[in-house]
Amino acid sequence: MLEVNGLRVSYGGIQAVRGITFHVNEGEMVALIGANGAGKSSTLRALSRLLDPIGGSVRYRGKELLALPPHRLVGEGIALVPEGRGVFPRMSSLENLRMGAYARNNKTEIENDLEQVLVHFPRLKERAQQLAGTLSGGEQQMLAIGRAMMSKPRLLLLDEPSMGLAPIMVQKIFEVICAVASEGMTILLVEQNAKLALEVSQRGYVMESGEITLTNESKALLTDPKVRASYLGE
Amino acid sequence: MNGHLKRRPVLIPGQRPWLGFLLLAAVLVAVPFVAALGGQAWVRIANFSILYIFLALGLNIVVGYAGLLDLGYVAFYAVGAYTYALLASPHFGIHLPFWVILPLGAGLACIFGVLLGAPTLKLRGDYLAIVTLGFGEIVRIFMNNLNAPINVTNGAQGITLIDPIRIGDFSFAQTSTFLGVSFSGPQKYYFLLVALALLVIVVNMRLQDSRIGRAWQAIREDEVAAKACGINTRNIKLLAFAMGASFGGIAGGVFSAMQGFVSPESFSLMESITILAMVVLGGMGHIPGVILGAVLLTGLPEALRYGIEPLQRGLFGRMIIDPESLRMLIFGLALVLVMRFRPAGLWPSSQRRRELAESAD
Repeated sequence: MLEVNGLRVSYGGIQAVRGITFHVNEGEMVALIGANGAGKSSTLRALSRLLDPIGGSVRYRGKELLALPPHRLVGEGIALVPEGRGVFPRMSSLENLRMGAYARNNKTEIENDLEQVLVHFPRLKERAQQLAGTLSGGEQQMLAIGRAMMSKPRLLLLDEPSMGLAPIMVQKIFEVICAVASEGMTILLVEQNAKLALEVSQRGYVMESGEITLTNESKALLTDPKVRASYLGE
Repeated sequence: MNGHLKRRPVLIPGQRPWLGFLLLAAVLVAVPFVAALGGQAWVRIANFSILYIFLALGLNIVVGYAGLLDLGYVAFYAVGAYTYALLASPHFGIHLPFWVILPLGAGLACIFGVLLGAPTLKLRGDYLAIVTLGFGEIVRIFMNNLNAPINVTNGAQGITLIDPIRIGDFSFAQTSTFLGVSFSGPQKYYFLLVALALLVIVVNMRLQDSRIGRAWQAIREDEVAAKACGINTRNIKLLAFAMGASFGGIAGGVFSAMQGFVSPESFSLMESITILAMVVLGGMGHIPGVILGAVLLTGLPEALRYGIEPLQRGLFGRMIIDPESLRMLIFGLALVLVMRFRPAGLWPSSQRRRELAESAD
């Protein structure tokens, strides 16, 4: 579904991503793990066209993504949940969710999906009229995921969903991600919390200073001595 | 779900909205005649209040809705004013009718808006403010110096003898009589300005609840998330600049016609700041608030100008402080006090008030 080839990103001469190649198959959840500054988020930002890579190609369902402006990705069925949640703080939860459907036109479909999302996230239903900026971190993350779901994506890009959340909230968020995945959503998960990410995903890539150094099935990575030493703290 | 719609109708007593509108209309009609009792100068002050309502609501689109801090808004006002001045004055010997020039001025200002917007798309907040400030000054300096080698703007002397707005033989500059009531020039401009102000109010209201309005709000709050929602942030931002600028252009044209004279002096940075202050002081993004801000900030200095001298004589029997310096002092103090005690503006939207209350917890 998604094929990334030789992707390179640089910030003013410093290469953050040095020609990485990976792919995501339809219906699978793939984790991209690595330490802080390994280039994971840069990769995701390049995929979602928030920054321009200096080389490589990103093909999505046979189409070159790098030729598209960022706002067109939603129409192609790609939704990004930005790092640090990125909800609209002065809109209510409900308004946030509706913004997710900005690019869609069919009103009855949107309302149906809205109800579905609220079933998925009963917490958001309770907080429907509350301003998003006043929600807890975990609720904001749920809202960001819910908003991404409102665009009816085929591919969900998640940027560090566990960042800055209490452990119990992280657990909750990952339950939600698994629930979404079990409905057949394709997910690319960028995550520092390697253990959790590998537990929920099927395959994983390990990034180190801008390069992919290791890839395997997630189960295998969890038992890989190198991964255990570097990322699982054992 | 809509139980939270807090938009309580204002100015409307009881369950009869038409009564409120009738009352408002009566007040609007009465203003120029009541003001005339104190002399035509007061009608002109009323006119300027409405012109500033127009300008402030134009800027409200850029600053209040899209959240783009623009300190060079006066540039578009200048473009509109000079477009009118050059195409309806003896300076070039061209005398086009207003219905040609006003749209032309709006269009030109719109182009300038895009010219300003395009290179600043990636800037926000203070950085954007500095670039727009520079832009406003550049336009003013051009107006000031475009008298050589070819005399286009007549430099610092400005352009005089600008045609008033005229429909056939009906000129807005002269006094004329309708149904036994005599209307002076400023009084006629008053009604024209009210009509224009109603137009900009309706546009602002429609925009607020529109798809574009929501896109602006999204960009204002989180640009990355807005992009992720599929909003074409570039075009939507340019649209805000272009729309705001067009209103500035129209206001400039009317200003030119009303004054009969334009010079670069009218388009200083102070003017941009005053218009911005109207938006912020009244209540950013909230139409009634912005209107209130515009009326107060035009009316208050004038009231102080005429009120300080008699007040001092009454209190102390003589003049103690020069009214001109005291006027700006009081004006400045009023601004500081409002921002200290009503940070969301004098009349903020219910939502904005809620935000500030919540963030204070």
